[in-house]
Amino acid sequence: MNLSLELMLQLAIVVPLLAVVAILVTGHNSNLREGMTITACLILIFLVVNLYQGLTSGETISVLWWELLPGLTISFNIEPLGMLFALIASFLWLVTTCYAIGYMRSHQEKNQTRFYLCFALAISAVMAIAFSANLFTLFIFYEVLTLSTYPLVTHAGTEKAKQGGRVYLGILLSTSIVFFLLAIVSTWFVAGTLDFKLGGIFSADVDKTLAGILLVLFVFGIGKAAIMPFHRWLPAAMVAPTPVSALLHAVAVVKAGVFTILKVCVFIFGLDLLAVLPTTQFLLYVAAASVLLASLVAMRQDNLKARLAYSTVSQLGYITLGALLATPSGVIGSSMHIATHAFGKITLFFCAGAILVSLHKSKISEMRGIGRQMPLTMLAFFIASLSIIGVPPAGGTWSKWFLLMGTIETEQWLLIMTLMLSSLLNIAYLLPISFHAFFPNFMPSFMPDKKMPTKGSVKTAKLPNKQPAIEIKEAPLPSLIAIIITTLGCLTLFVYPQPLFELATAVLTNRE
Amino acid sequence: MIAHLPGLQVHLPVLQVIVPLMAAPICLFLKRAHLVWLFALITSGLTFVISVLLLQQVLTSGVISYELGGWQAPWGIEYRIDKLNAFVLLIITSISTVVLFAAQTSIEKEIPKSKHTFFYILYLLSLTGMLGIVATGDAFNVFVFLEISSLSAYALIAMGKDRRALWAAYQYLIMGTIGATFILIGIGLMYQMTGTLNMADLSKRLPEVAQTRTVFTAFAFVIVGVCLKLALFPLHLWLPNAYAYAPSIVTTFFAATATKVAIYLLIRFTFTIFGLSFSFTTIPLQTLFMALGLAGIFIASTSAIYQNNIKLLFAYSSIAQIGYMIVGFSISSVTGLTATLLHMFNHALMKSAIFLALGAVMYRLGNVQLSSFHGLGRQMPLTMAAIVIGGLSLIGVPLTVGFVSKWYLLLALLEQGWWPVAVLILLGSVLAVIYVWRLVEVAYFKEPLSDQVPVKEAPMFFIIPIWTLIIANIYFGIDTRLSVEVAQAAAMSLFGVTP
Repeated sequence: MNLSLELMLQLAIVVPLLAVVAILVTGHNSNLREGMTITACLILIFLVVNLYQGLTSGETISVLWWELLPGLTISFNIEPLGMLFALIASFLWLVTTCYAIGYMRSHQEKNQTRFYLCFALAISAVMAIAFSANLFTLFIFYEVLTLSTYPLVTHAGTEKAKQGGRVYLGILLSTSIVFFLLAIVSTWFVAGTLDFKLGGIFSADVDKTLAGILLVLFVFGIGKAAIMPFHRWLPAAMVAPTPVSALLHAVAVVKAGVFTILKVCVFIFGLDLLAVLPTTQFLLYVAAASVLLASLVAMRQDNLKARLAYSTVSQLGYITLGALLATPSGVIGSSMHIATHAFGKITLFFCAGAILVSLHKSKISEMRGIGRQMPLTMLAFFIASLSIIGVPPAGGTWSKWFLLMGTIETEQWLLIMTLMLSSLLNIAYLLPISFHAFFPNFMPSFMPDKKMPTKGSVKTAKLPNKQPAIEIKEAPLPSLIAIIITTLGCLTLFVYPQPLFELATAVLTNRE
Repeated sequence: MIAHLPGLQVHLPVLQVIVPLMAAPICLFLKRAHLVWLFALITSGLTFVISVLLLQQVLTSGVISYELGGWQAPWGIEYRIDKLNAFVLLIITSISTVVLFAAQTSIEKEIPKSKHTFFYILYLLSLTGMLGIVATGDAFNVFVFLEISSLSAYALIAMGKDRRALWAAYQYLIMGTIGATFILIGIGLMYQMTGTLNMADLSKRLPEVAQTRTVFTAFAFVIVGVCLKLALFPLHLWLPNAYAYAPSIVTTFFAATATKVAIYLLIRFTFTIFGLSFSFTTIPLQTLFMALGLAGIFIASTSAIYQNNIKLLFAYSSIAQIGYMIVGFSISSVTGLTATLLHMFNHALMKSAIFLALGAVMYRLGNVQLSSFHGLGRQMPLTMAAIVIGGLSLIGVPLTVGFVSKWYLLLALLEQGWWPVAVLILLGSVLAVIYVWRLVEVAYFKEPLSDQVPVKEAPMFFIIPIWTLIIANIYFGIDTRLSVEVAQAAAMSLFGVTP
């Protein structure tokens, strides 16, 4: 096909929107509706891959849609970081849709049309965020993303869902209105532009204190990055159906947050300015505290999805930390971590959903011995855990490697210790889950959760193993396929990280 | 039509006011309610066309001065249309026309049939009054039209089917009369000192006598009077009840236009008549208005959160929004005034959409208590979606008009380096999130109450105007050329800056 790259860029945003219409029209027929979603996914991947090739062949692709206010435009362009984000989001949209078909049907969820519809809308916003050419455009779609995911979070329509939605919207909207918008208007006022430019848009003689305050506003204002103390929305969002938690709250929404932080650090402030701002060190410690505290909280969660949510908060802290280090290694590590964490965490969520659908279990304390019933799922869980922890043979190894390099280069000894400690904590709260699933009788006291293992309950937990035959009850086939794909993704990122690494490196060298 | 009649072209300024004024008594002869409605709608549409033509004319060829009856100013009455009042005229006439579209359907349920004709007469008179206040260049004429619009407003509010409407109208009558009297006293004092009532003439003569106690007193009376009319905190007490218990159409019309007219008067008196340097130096107007505006934003928004009558909720929200306009005004910079003018336009769009949608709910359910909204998201999806989008606009979400005015307001505050105020403004938006979302949660998450009869979507006569306004909310949030350019040009000319 001879579509120009500019057209493809716009189509990447428009196609999910067209999918919204198609889903609405075909809503009465579930097969047709989901066929539409899958078609849109495939077209989107085709477009994004073509754009990727365009980018690697060195073409500049930019589009101006509309000048909203004088000097403030809605415009898009392509640079490696956004490309990376778009690739992950579009690919995982396909996988998640596949997963969702199995999950939503066997879970007999209501309002599935609304679900697929809002999902497509959210993906459109994600594409627009990934390709934003300026902070203004990014902000607009950042808000669109918040609003379009609200119906997904509150999908169940229960009192709990309403409460979760309230926290979700409350924190995301307030931080973005009070801090983020203020930071954007101030940046516009000080710098006179909001275009993303490598090396930053502030002039060299900008007031350092002012810029420092702006940085603080940005880091806390981008609530989607879930830096403590504005992280509460993420656990609250876990009331959503699992596919939503998987794609949006492990990949799209939270990554939109850290992506924005990376964009701001690299393209609004520029690494040189970032390194000398008075508040950078403070924010680094905030991010490190977020990493550590969230890991500690994660250990105490018995609900699997809640534990994964806090783990996400912690891992997002890594990315913010890497961006704030203001060194090439930090930025590369952060960019790569966007990808590796995405694959790892989405697998974990998929597994959590699979366990819920097949065995109706959501508490970790109930999951002893389930490895016999769901061997593939729990194996996937194990590999994905390794990726999150950052050990071979999973992709997370590389990103954590670069992040560590970054801290060593800048001689941030305290941060190095934090990262090491946090990795240990990751092991402590993730590995026991799959371990106990396969070896329910081994070292019951190793389970870090102190509330649960009274002797009696451990004994009852052993019981299933003594029963002679346990039938294998894996997740529905589409869901299982999705789990396998993302797990393979985790492994591939370890074996063949070259394209990812090149893309991450190009972030700082691209002339755009 | 009118554009092709060169003879009429020159008379546009007076036609703007005369057309609805003449149309009002004609209604008496038309008897049948539907006919009267159609006639009023056409009249209002005509005023809209006139205001569009006026705006075009002003933008291309500058200020229009029209001498009533051929008597030369300053002796005769002058109608003077510049960018500022052409802009406000456009706001009033456009909203009035769209709102009137739904009027007949709405009042069928809210006003006894025998009073329908009177309703339209009063409506047109009220429209005349507002247009007159804005179009005229004569200070005393302002008072006359103010009384026309206010008296008809009292009667319109009293038509509400809730008996509390009478009490609300009475409250408004007392406060409104005090306000109008204060303005009259102010104008009288100015006349005493200068011997003229023509605004342009006043602005030339007042500086000579600026340092007299009489002029200070005149200024004080005028400002307090106008602030009563525009419901600036703490002079807002008449507004919530008046809006809550008036017939829905009246609420919609007044919420969108009446306070805007009062703000126009404030700008006219301070900038044109008394002059910028006098207004902002004699009394600490800047600090005063900034403080009152912010207090209004926070206190009214907080009150809004606790309301269970949704019309009352949005009435408080209106007071808060007036606070934003006053803050923009108090900055006394071109950008600040642009923000105020923009917000006048934008707020008219969002509030008319919301109140009209509430009118639709009133039509179907007979009340607008929060408990009636249970499950309404499913029963009246289009109406509720309109309220949600209107609410988002009120919050200031990008791609809606609310965002545009907020952007300019923030920019104006940053220009002055008033960071803390900027933060407060944004916190005010968060309060808006809370009171809007309270309604959203009830409408979408609660099951309908068991004793509630299931209702259908509102009739087309509601849906069309509501969604016209909602689309305008989005359209002018994206294509900001018209609103921003006119507001900016008006602000610049008020500051005497040539663009």
